[in-house]
Amino acid sequence: MTIEEIIRVTQGTLVCGKAHLPDEVDRAFCSDLMSDVLTLGCSDILLITGLANVQAIRTAEMADIRYILMVRDKEVTEEMIRLVKENDMVLIKTSFSMFKSAGILYESGLKPVY
Amino acid sequence: MEYSYTISGGDFTHAGEASSHLKRILKSLNLDPVLIRRTVVALYEAEVNVVAHAWNGKVMVDISPDEIVIVVKDAGPGIEDIERAMQKGYSTASPTVREMGFGAGMGLFNMKSNSDSLEIKSDPGVGTEVRIVNKIS
Ligand SMILES: Nc1ncnc2c1ncn2[C@@H]1O[C@H](COP(=O)(O)OP(=O)(O)O)[C@@H](O)[C@H]1O
Ligand SMILES: [Mg+2]
Repeated sequence: MTIEEIIRVTQGTLVCGKAHLPDEVDRAFCSDLMSDVLTLGCSDILLITGLANVQAIRTAEMADIRYILMVRDKEVTEEMIRLVKENDMVLIKTSFSMFKSAGILYESGLKPVY
Repeated sequence: MEYSYTISGGDFTHAGEASSHLKRILKSLNLDPVLIRRTVVALYEAEVNVVAHAWNGKVMVDISPDEIVIVVKDAGPGIEDIERAMQKGYSTASPTVREMGFGAGMGLFNMKSNSDSLEIKSDPGVGTEVRIVNKIS
């Protein structure tokens, strides 16, 4: 799926990363546990998380994950935006829950990492 | 090349700055992306441990043509039983640390699986020293 399609099906909004709207992503992973994300060993996936803090962005940076979908309309801070920009990442927000976002994205063709 | 960084206990906003800086350096050296990811993930978990469990610490990185050596040394409560701490799922993290998305008890395990060599020395009541070595092939 493209980032643009991901935003459309999750009725999300793009916080940063306009240049990457046409990028293709084919796998996703859901987690609120950062160490879990750090075990992945695969890059360029979509991370779906309910954790809205600087550490979620840092974790994605270390794990080489460029695309982040934050669920449940959590507040995004300036510091988070700064890190997303600095690392040329994409941050999307949706009001959907983790379960709903994952379900819709799975149905739309995103594959699980495991 | 040598680099050093300081870490303050409890400061989650800045946790990961050393790893982020090192990532940039390793990228500029055009090293293998998998080696870069393994190295920064191991350092990041070590940094987070100092922030989550210790009072303050120091990171020393030494990059030579054949290896990357990282030493993370902290002043803190130390680890009584290192073998038990290494087990997946073992954690004494506070609820605040858990709210930040850490404290799953996977950190030391992640450090081990992302390094070629991991040595941990700890003096309870004084502090902990972690040495991570990754070979550049
Ligand atoms: N630098 C440290 N200082 C003191 N205790 C530590 C340190 N690093 C790890 N520990 C201890 O080892 C446990 C396991 O560490 P880790 O695997 O990283 O899991 P977590 O950080 O999620 O608790 C910690 O909960 C803590 O009790
Ligand atoms: Mg840890």
